[in-house]
Amino acid sequence: MHNFEYVRPKTIDEAVSALSSDEAQPLSGGQTLMPTMKARLAAPEKLVSLTAIDEMKGVRMDGDQLWIGGGTTHATVARETADSYPALSSLAGRIGDPSVRSMGTIGGSIANNDPSACYPAGALGSGATIVTNTREIAADDFFQGMFMTALEEGEIVTAVKFPIPQKAIYQKFIQPASRFPLTAVFVAHFGDNVRVAVTGASGGGVFRWTEAEEALASNFTGDAVAGLSVSAEDMISDLHGSGEYRAHLTKVMTKRAVDALA
Amino acid sequence: MNSIKMRVNGKEVSGTVEGRTLLVDFLRKDLRLTGTHVGCDTTQCGACVVHVNGNPVKACSMLAAEADGAEVGTIEGQANADGSLSVIQAAFQEHHGLQCGFCTPGMIMAAASLLKENPKPSEHEIREYLDGNICRCTGYHNIVKAILAASGQEVAPPAMAAE
Repeated sequence: MHNFEYVRPKTIDEAVSALSSDEAQPLSGGQTLMPTMKARLAAPEKLVSLTAIDEMKGVRMDGDQLWIGGGTTHATVARETADSYPALSSLAGRIGDPSVRSMGTIGGSIANNDPSACYPAGALGSGATIVTNTREIAADDFFQGMFMTALEEGEIVTAVKFPIPQKAIYQKFIQPASRFPLTAVFVAHFGDNVRVAVTGASGGGVFRWTEAEEALASNFTGDAVAGLSVSAEDMISDLHGSGEYRAHLTKVMTKRAVDALA
Repeated sequence: MNSIKMRVNGKEVSGTVEGRTLLVDFLRKDLRLTGTHVGCDTTQCGACVVHVNGNPVKACSMLAAEADGAEVGTIEGQANADGSLSVIQAAFQEHHGLQCGFCTPGMIMAAASLLKENPKPSEHEIREYLDGNICRCTGYHNIVKAILAASGQEVAPPAMAAE
Protein backbone atom coordinates (compact mmCIF):
# COMPACT_ATOMS: atom_id res chain seq x y z
CA MET A 1 0.00 0.00 0.00
CA HIS A 2 1.32 3.47 -0.87
CA ASN A 3 1.58 5.79 2.08
CA PHE A 4 -0.91 8.59 2.64
CA GLU A 5 -1.74 11.31 5.09
CA TYR A 6 -4.23 10.10 7.69
CA VAL A 7 -6.68 12.26 9.59
CA ARG A 8 -9.48 11.28 11.95
CA PRO A 9 -11.94 14.14 12.48
CA LYS A 10 -14.54 14.10 15.26
CA THR A 11 -17.36 15.95 13.47
CA ILE A 12 -19.04 15.87 10.05
CA ASP A 13 -18.00 19.50 9.41
CA GLU A 14 -14.34 18.71 10.06
CA ALA A 15 -14.57 15.65 7.83
CA VAL A 16 -16.13 17.62 4.97
CA SER A 17 -13.43 20.22 5.20
CA ALA A 18 -10.68 17.57 5.32
CA LEU A 19 -12.19 15.96 2.21
CA SER A 20 -12.19 19.21 0.25
CA SER A 21 -8.60 18.75 -0.89
CA ASP A 22 -7.88 16.84 -4.09
CA GLU A 23 -7.01 13.17 -3.81
CA ALA A 24 -8.63 12.80 -0.39
CA GLN A 25 -10.84 9.80 0.18
CA PRO A 26 -13.10 8.83 3.08
CA LEU A 27 -12.42 5.67 5.12
CA SER A 28 -15.52 4.24 6.72
CA GLY A 29 -14.62 0.76 7.93
CA GLY A 30 -12.18 -0.12 5.18
CA GLN A 31 -13.22 -3.71 4.55
CA THR A 32 -13.26 -2.98 0.82
CA LEU A 33 -10.91 0.00 0.76
CA MET A 34 -8.00 -1.64 2.63
CA PRO A 35 -7.75 -4.63 0.24
CA THR A 36 -8.25 -2.26 -2.71
CA MET A 37 -5.38 -0.05 -1.55
CA LYS A 38 -3.14 -3.03 -0.84
CA ALA A 39 -3.70 -4.14 -4.43
CA ARG A 40 -2.83 -0.56 -5.44
CA LEU A 41 -6.12 -0.22 -7.24
CA ALA A 42 -6.59 2.95 -5.17
CA ALA A 43 -3.86 5.24 -3.88
CA PRO A 44 -5.40 8.30 -2.21
CA GLU A 45 -2.96 10.93 -0.97
CA LYS A 46 -5.07 11.48 2.10
CA LEU A 47 -7.49 9.25 4.00
CA VAL A 48 -10.17 10.92 6.07
CA SER A 49 -11.41 8.43 8.64
CA LEU A 50 -15.12 8.71 9.40
CA THR A 51 -14.97 6.20 12.25
CA ALA A 52 -14.61 8.64 15.15
CA ILE A 53 -17.64 10.79 14.30
CA ASP A 54 -20.24 10.09 16.99
CA GLU A 55 -23.01 12.03 15.24
CA MET A 56 -22.82 9.48 12.39
CA LYS A 57 -23.36 6.45 14.60
CA GLY A 58 -26.37 4.71 16.02
CA VAL A 59 -29.82 3.37 15.29
CA ARG A 60 -33.05 5.09 16.37
CA MET A 61 -36.64 5.66 15.33
CA ASP A 62 -37.24 9.05 13.70
CA GLY A 63 -41.03 9.36 13.48
CA ASP A 64 -42.15 6.27 11.58
CA GLN A 65 -38.74 5.87 9.92
CA LEU A 66 -35.70 4.01 11.11
CA TRP A 67 -32.63 6.28 11.21
CA ILE A 68 -29.23 4.60 10.94
CA GLY A 69 -26.06 6.69 11.14
CA GLY A 70 -23.75 6.25 8.15
CA GLY A 71 -20.88 5.17 10.40
CA THR A 72 -22.85 2.38 12.07
CA THR A 73 -21.26 -1.05 11.69
CA HIS A 74 -23.06 -4.04 10.22
CA ALA A 75 -22.81 -5.81 13.60
CA THR A 76 -24.54 -2.92 15.36
CA VAL A 77 -27.28 -2.71 12.73
CA ALA A 78 -27.83 -6.47 12.96
CA ARG A 79 -28.15 -6.26 16.73
CA GLU A 80 -30.15 -3.06 17.06
CA THR A 81 -32.73 -3.48 14.29
CA ALA A 82 -33.68 -7.04 15.23
CA ASP A 83 -37.01 -5.85 16.65
CA SER A 84 -37.71 -2.73 14.58
CA TYR A 85 -36.80 -4.09 11.12
CA PRO A 86 -35.96 -7.82 11.22
CA ALA A 87 -35.37 -8.13 7.45
CA LEU A 88 -32.70 -5.42 7.56
CA SER A 89 -31.18 -6.97 10.69
CA SER A 90 -30.97 -10.30 8.91
CA LEU A 91 -29.34 -8.66 5.87
CA ALA A 92 -26.74 -6.87 8.01
CA GLY A 93 -26.04 -10.00 10.06
CA ARG A 94 -25.12 -12.01 6.96
CA ILE A 95 -22.65 -9.58 5.36
CA GLY A 96 -19.15 -11.05 5.09
CA ASP A 97 -18.09 -12.66 8.37
CA PRO A 98 -18.18 -11.53 12.02
CA SER A 99 -14.87 -9.62 11.80
CA VAL A 100 -15.95 -7.80 8.65
CA ARG A 101 -19.23 -6.91 10.37
CA SER A 102 -17.31 -5.36 13.29
CA MET A 103 -15.70 -2.86 10.91
CA GLY A 104 -17.79 -2.37 7.78
CA THR A 105 -20.43 0.36 7.87
CA ILE A 106 -23.74 1.01 6.15
CA GLY A 107 -22.57 4.37 4.80
CA GLY A 108 -19.40 2.84 3.39
CA SER A 109 -21.29 0.03 1.69
CA ILE A 110 -23.89 2.32 0.17
CA ALA A 111 -21.36 4.93 -0.99
CA ASN A 112 -19.22 2.22 -2.60
CA ASN A 113 -22.22 0.63 -4.37
CA ASP A 114 -20.48 -2.63 -5.18
CA PRO A 115 -22.72 -4.41 -7.72
CA SER A 116 -22.80 -7.43 -5.40
CA ALA A 117 -23.16 -5.67 -2.04
CA CYS A 118 -26.10 -6.40 0.25
CA TYR A 119 -27.00 -2.95 1.60
CA PRO A 120 -27.83 -1.36 -1.77
CA ALA A 121 -30.57 -4.00 -2.15
CA GLY A 122 -31.87 -3.29 1.36
CA ALA A 123 -31.90 0.46 0.76
CA LEU A 124 -33.43 0.34 -2.72
CA GLY A 125 -35.89 -2.42 -1.77
CA SER A 126 -37.06 -0.43 1.25
CA GLY A 127 -37.29 2.85 -0.65
CA ALA A 128 -34.84 4.36 1.82
CA THR A 129 -33.59 7.94 1.85
CA ILE A 130 -29.85 8.53 1.77
CA VAL A 131 -28.90 11.50 3.95
CA THR A 132 -25.67 13.31 3.14
CA ASN A 133 -23.95 16.34 4.62
CA THR A 134 -25.78 18.54 2.09
CA ARG A 135 -29.06 16.88 1.09
CA GLU A 136 -31.42 13.91 1.13
CA ILE A 137 -31.50 11.58 -1.88
CA ALA A 138 -34.12 8.93 -2.61
CA ALA A 139 -32.55 5.49 -3.04
CA ASP A 140 -34.20 5.38 -6.49
CA ASP A 141 -32.00 8.32 -7.55
CA PHE A 142 -28.92 7.42 -5.53
CA PHE A 143 -27.70 4.16 -7.10
CA GLN A 144 -26.55 4.97 -10.61
CA GLY A 145 -24.61 1.95 -11.82
CA MET A 146 -21.69 -0.26 -10.87
CA PHE A 147 -19.71 1.64 -8.17
CA MET A 148 -21.60 4.81 -9.25
CA THR A 149 -23.82 6.92 -7.00
CA ALA A 150 -25.32 10.39 -6.93
CA LEU A 151 -22.66 11.50 -4.42
CA GLU A 152 -20.58 14.51 -5.42
CA GLU A 153 -16.86 14.74 -4.67
CA GLY A 154 -16.37 15.07 -0.94
CA GLU A 155 -20.04 14.39 -0.10
CA ILE A 156 -20.55 11.97 2.81
CA VAL A 157 -23.41 9.58 3.57
CA THR A 158 -24.21 10.69 7.11
CA ALA A 159 -27.30 8.52 7.61
CA VAL A 160 -29.83 6.28 5.90
CA LYS A 161 -33.54 6.52 6.72
CA PHE A 162 -35.72 3.46 6.18
CA PRO A 163 -39.51 3.38 6.00
CA ILE A 164 -40.56 0.12 7.60
CA PRO A 165 -42.63 -2.16 5.39
CA GLN A 166 -45.45 -4.38 6.65
CA LYS A 167 -43.24 -7.33 5.82
CA ALA A 168 -39.94 -7.84 4.07
CA ILE A 169 -37.23 -10.40 3.53
CA TYR A 170 -33.74 -10.64 2.07
CA GLN A 171 -33.08 -13.80 0.10
CA LYS A 172 -29.39 -14.26 -0.63
CA PHE A 173 -27.79 -16.90 -2.80
CA ILE A 174 -24.16 -16.66 -1.75
CA GLN A 175 -20.99 -17.12 -3.70
CA PRO A 176 -19.41 -19.29 -1.01
CA ALA A 177 -15.80 -18.11 -1.33
CA SER A 178 -16.43 -14.37 -1.09
CA ARG A 179 -19.71 -14.48 0.91
CA PHE A 180 -21.04 -11.80 -1.44
CA PRO A 181 -24.38 -12.55 -3.07
CA LEU A 182 -24.13 -14.31 -6.40
CA THR A 183 -27.63 -12.91 -6.64
CA ALA A 184 -29.82 -11.66 -3.82
CA VAL A 185 -33.26 -10.12 -3.69
CA PHE A 186 -34.86 -7.79 -1.15
CA VAL A 187 -38.66 -7.88 -1.26
CA ALA A 188 -40.67 -5.36 0.77
CA HIS A 189 -44.46 -5.30 1.04
CA PHE A 190 -45.95 -1.93 2.01
CA GLY A 191 -49.62 -2.91 1.74
CA ASP A 192 -50.45 -0.81 -1.31
CA ASN A 193 -47.21 -1.48 -3.15
CA VAL A 194 -44.36 -3.96 -3.35
CA ARG A 195 -40.69 -3.27 -4.01
CA VAL A 196 -38.23 -5.82 -5.36
CA ALA A 197 -34.53 -4.91 -5.44
CA VAL A 198 -31.92 -7.22 -6.94
CA THR A 199 -28.17 -7.19 -6.24
CA GLY A 200 -25.28 -9.29 -7.52
CA ALA A 201 -26.96 -9.92 -10.84
CA SER A 202 -26.74 -6.89 -13.11
CA GLY A 203 -23.69 -5.22 -14.57
CA GLY A 204 -25.52 -1.97 -13.84
CA GLY A 205 -25.52 -2.71 -10.11
CA VAL A 206 -28.58 -2.95 -7.89
CA PHE A 207 -31.89 -2.56 -9.72
CA ARG A 208 -35.63 -2.78 -9.15
CA TRP A 209 -37.44 -5.58 -10.92
CA THR A 210 -40.48 -3.49 -11.72
CA GLU A 211 -42.33 -6.20 -13.66
CA ALA A 212 -42.35 -8.38 -10.57
CA GLU A 213 -43.36 -5.42 -8.38
CA GLU A 214 -46.42 -4.79 -10.57
CA ALA A 215 -47.42 -8.45 -10.66
CA LEU A 216 -46.98 -8.81 -6.90
CA ALA A 217 -48.92 -5.64 -6.04
CA SER A 218 -52.17 -7.30 -7.13
CA ASN A 219 -51.26 -10.90 -6.36
CA PHE A 220 -48.64 -11.39 -3.65
CA THR A 221 -47.89 -15.06 -4.30
CA GLY A 222 -44.95 -16.94 -5.75
CA ASP A 223 -47.17 -17.87 -8.69
CA ALA A 224 -47.40 -14.22 -9.73
CA VAL A 225 -43.65 -14.30 -10.40
CA ALA A 226 -43.58 -17.76 -11.99
CA GLY A 227 -44.85 -16.54 -15.37
CA LEU A 228 -42.36 -13.66 -15.66
CA SER A 229 -38.97 -13.77 -17.26
CA VAL A 230 -35.81 -11.77 -16.67
CA SER A 231 -33.58 -10.75 -19.55
CA ALA A 232 -29.98 -11.95 -19.31
CA GLU A 233 -28.80 -9.09 -21.50
CA ASP A 234 -27.31 -6.81 -18.83
CA MET A 235 -26.47 -9.54 -16.33
CA ILE A 236 -22.95 -10.12 -15.01
CA SER A 237 -21.29 -13.11 -16.61
CA ASP A 238 -18.16 -14.45 -14.90
CA LEU A 239 -16.53 -17.66 -13.74
CA HIS A 240 -19.07 -17.97 -10.93
CA GLY A 241 -22.12 -17.90 -13.17
CA SER A 242 -23.36 -16.86 -16.59
CA GLY A 243 -25.73 -14.00 -17.21
CA GLU A 244 -28.49 -16.51 -17.97
CA TYR A 245 -27.85 -18.19 -14.61
CA ARG A 246 -28.08 -14.90 -12.74
CA ALA A 247 -31.26 -13.95 -14.60
CA HIS A 248 -32.73 -17.29 -13.58
CA LEU A 249 -31.57 -16.81 -9.98
CA THR A 250 -33.27 -13.42 -9.88
CA LYS A 251 -36.60 -15.07 -10.52
CA VAL A 252 -35.95 -18.05 -8.23
CA MET A 253 -34.84 -15.89 -5.31
CA THR A 254 -37.78 -13.50 -5.77
CA LYS A 255 -40.19 -16.42 -5.75
CA ARG A 256 -38.55 -17.84 -2.62
CA ALA A 257 -38.80 -14.43 -0.94
CA VAL A 258 -42.49 -14.10 -1.73
CA ASP A 259 -43.25 -17.70 -0.74
CA ALA A 260 -41.56 -17.08 2.59
CA LEU A 261 -43.61 -13.93 3.21
CA ALA A 262 -46.99 -14.84 1.73
CA MET B 1 3.41 10.11 10.93
CA ASN B 2 0.73 9.58 13.55
CA SER B 3 1.20 9.20 17.30
CA ILE B 4 -1.04 6.48 18.64
CA LYS B 5 -1.87 5.08 22.06
CA MET B 6 -3.88 2.02 22.94
CA ARG B 7 -4.24 -0.64 25.60
CA VAL B 8 -3.06 -4.04 24.42
CA ASN B 9 -3.87 -6.99 26.67
CA GLY B 10 -4.41 -4.53 29.49
CA LYS B 11 -1.13 -2.66 29.07
CA GLU B 12 -0.81 0.94 27.87
CA VAL B 13 1.30 1.13 24.71
CA SER B 14 2.14 3.93 22.34
CA GLY B 15 3.97 4.39 19.09
CA THR B 16 4.45 6.48 16.00
CA VAL B 17 3.14 4.97 12.78
CA GLU B 18 2.72 5.84 9.14
CA GLY B 19 -0.82 6.27 7.89
CA ARG B 20 -0.56 2.96 6.06
CA THR B 21 0.72 0.92 9.02
CA LEU B 22 -1.70 -1.93 9.62
CA LEU B 23 -2.76 -2.87 13.13
CA VAL B 24 -1.26 -6.33 12.65
CA ASP B 25 2.12 -4.85 11.73
CA PHE B 26 2.05 -2.54 14.73
CA LEU B 27 1.32 -5.54 16.97
CA ARG B 28 3.90 -7.84 15.40
CA LYS B 29 6.74 -5.47 14.52
CA ASP B 30 6.49 -2.61 17.01
CA LEU B 31 5.16 -4.51 20.01
CA ARG B 32 6.75 -7.87 19.07
CA LEU B 33 3.47 -9.66 19.73
CA THR B 34 3.98 -12.21 16.99
CA GLY B 35 1.21 -14.56 18.09
CA THR B 36 -1.18 -12.76 15.73
CA HIS B 37 -0.49 -14.24 12.31
CA VAL B 38 -0.76 -12.89 8.78
CA GLY B 39 -2.04 -15.52 6.39
CA CYS B 40 -3.72 -14.09 3.33
CA ASP B 41 -3.35 -10.35 4.03
CA THR B 42 -6.65 -9.87 2.16
CA THR B 43 -9.35 -10.11 4.90
CA GLN B 44 -10.19 -13.70 4.07
CA CYS B 45 -8.32 -16.23 6.22
CA GLY B 46 -8.80 -14.87 9.73
CA ALA B 47 -5.34 -15.81 11.08
CA CYS B 48 -4.98 -12.18 12.22
CA VAL B 49 -8.21 -11.88 14.22
CA VAL B 50 -7.80 -9.77 17.36
CA HIS B 51 -10.32 -8.00 19.58
CA VAL B 52 -10.77 -4.24 19.28
CA ASN B 53 -13.04 -2.75 21.94
CA GLY B 54 -14.41 -6.24 22.48
CA ASN B 55 -15.23 -6.97 18.83
CA PRO B 56 -13.45 -9.42 16.53
CA VAL B 57 -11.44 -7.61 13.86
CA LYS B 58 -9.08 -8.74 11.12
CA ALA B 59 -5.93 -6.87 12.09
CA CYS B 60 -4.60 -7.02 8.51
CA SER B 61 -7.52 -4.88 7.37
CA MET B 62 -7.49 -2.19 10.00
CA LEU B 63 -5.03 0.68 10.17
CA ALA B 64 -3.06 0.93 13.40
CA ALA B 65 -4.14 4.58 13.60
CA GLU B 66 -7.79 3.48 13.56
CA ALA B 67 -7.14 1.63 16.83
CA ASP B 68 -5.88 4.80 18.54
CA GLY B 69 -7.49 4.92 21.97
CA ALA B 70 -8.87 1.40 21.68
CA GLU B 71 -8.73 -1.61 23.95
CA VAL B 72 -7.00 -4.37 21.95
CA GLY B 73 -6.82 -8.04 22.85
CA THR B 74 -4.49 -10.56 21.19
CA ILE B 75 -3.78 -14.26 21.61
CA GLU B 76 -1.00 -13.36 24.05
CA GLY B 77 -3.66 -12.06 26.43
CA GLN B 78 -5.81 -15.19 26.36
CA ALA B 79 -3.99 -17.35 28.90
CA ASN B 80 -5.01 -17.11 32.56
CA ALA B 81 -3.09 -14.78 34.87
CA ASP B 82 -1.02 -17.70 36.22
CA GLY B 83 0.06 -18.64 32.70
CA SER B 84 -2.19 -21.69 32.43
CA LEU B 85 -4.24 -22.12 29.25
CA SER B 86 -7.64 -20.47 29.02
CA VAL B 87 -10.69 -22.72 28.82
CA ILE B 88 -10.80 -22.30 25.03
CA GLN B 89 -7.06 -22.91 24.57
CA ALA B 90 -7.22 -26.00 26.80
CA ALA B 91 -10.18 -27.32 24.80
CA PHE B 92 -8.27 -26.88 21.52
CA GLN B 93 -5.41 -28.89 23.04
CA GLU B 94 -7.71 -31.55 24.48
CA HIS B 95 -9.72 -32.03 21.29
CA HIS B 96 -6.81 -31.70 18.89
CA GLY B 97 -8.27 -28.54 17.35
CA LEU B 98 -5.05 -27.76 15.53
CA GLN B 99 -2.37 -29.39 13.47
CA CYS B 100 0.13 -26.90 12.05
CA GLY B 101 -1.19 -24.18 14.36
CA PHE B 102 -0.99 -21.30 11.91
CA CYS B 103 -4.70 -20.46 12.00
CA THR B 104 -5.03 -21.20 15.72
CA PRO B 105 -4.56 -17.68 17.16
CA GLY B 106 -7.33 -16.39 14.90
CA MET B 107 -9.53 -19.40 15.65
CA ILE B 108 -9.13 -18.90 19.40
CA MET B 109 -9.86 -15.17 19.17
CA ALA B 110 -12.91 -15.78 16.98
CA ALA B 111 -14.09 -18.51 19.35
CA ALA B 112 -13.70 -16.17 22.33
CA SER B 113 -15.85 -13.56 20.55
CA LEU B 114 -18.47 -16.15 19.70
CA LEU B 115 -18.73 -17.47 23.26
CA LYS B 116 -19.01 -13.94 24.61
CA GLU B 117 -21.95 -13.23 22.26
CA ASN B 118 -23.46 -16.69 22.46
CA PRO B 119 -22.30 -18.78 25.44
CA LYS B 120 -23.95 -22.02 24.27
CA PRO B 121 -23.75 -22.04 20.48
CA SER B 122 -25.01 -24.96 18.43
CA GLU B 123 -22.63 -26.76 16.12
CA HIS B 124 -24.27 -24.93 13.20
CA GLU B 125 -23.80 -21.55 14.87
CA ILE B 126 -20.12 -22.31 15.50
CA ARG B 127 -19.58 -23.23 11.86
CA GLU B 128 -21.39 -20.08 10.71
CA TYR B 129 -19.33 -17.90 13.03
CA LEU B 130 -16.07 -19.37 11.74
CA ASP B 131 -16.98 -18.33 8.19
CA GLY B 132 -14.06 -15.92 8.09
CA ASN B 133 -11.45 -18.28 9.57
CA ILE B 134 -9.75 -20.74 7.28
CA CYS B 135 -7.93 -23.88 8.46
CA ARG B 136 -6.18 -26.03 5.87
CA CYS B 137 -5.25 -28.89 8.23
CA THR B 138 -8.05 -30.05 10.45
CA GLY B 139 -11.12 -30.05 8.25
CA TYR B 140 -12.71 -28.00 11.09
CA HIS B 141 -14.37 -30.93 12.91
CA ASN B 142 -12.03 -30.83 15.90
CA ILE B 143 -12.09 -27.05 16.05
CA VAL B 144 -15.87 -27.17 16.28
CA LYS B 145 -15.65 -29.89 18.95
CA ALA B 146 -13.15 -27.83 20.93
CA ILE B 147 -15.45 -24.81 20.92
CA LEU B 148 -18.46 -26.93 21.89
CA ALA B 149 -16.41 -28.35 24.76
CA ALA B 150 -15.17 -24.91 25.81
CA SER B 151 -18.81 -23.80 26.06
CA GLY B 152 -19.45 -26.64 28.49
CA GLN B 153 -21.48 -28.73 26.07
CA GLU B 154 -21.28 -32.46 25.46
CA VAL B 155 -18.93 -33.53 22.71
CA ALA B 156 -19.47 -36.89 21.08
CA PRO B 157 -16.40 -39.13 21.46
CA PRO B 158 -14.63 -39.92 18.20
CA ALA B 159 -16.10 -42.90 16.36
CA MET B 160 -14.08 -46.09 16.94
CA ALA B 161 -12.37 -47.51 13.91
CA ALA B 162 -14.10 -50.59 12.56
CA GLU B 163 -12.56 -53.78 13.89
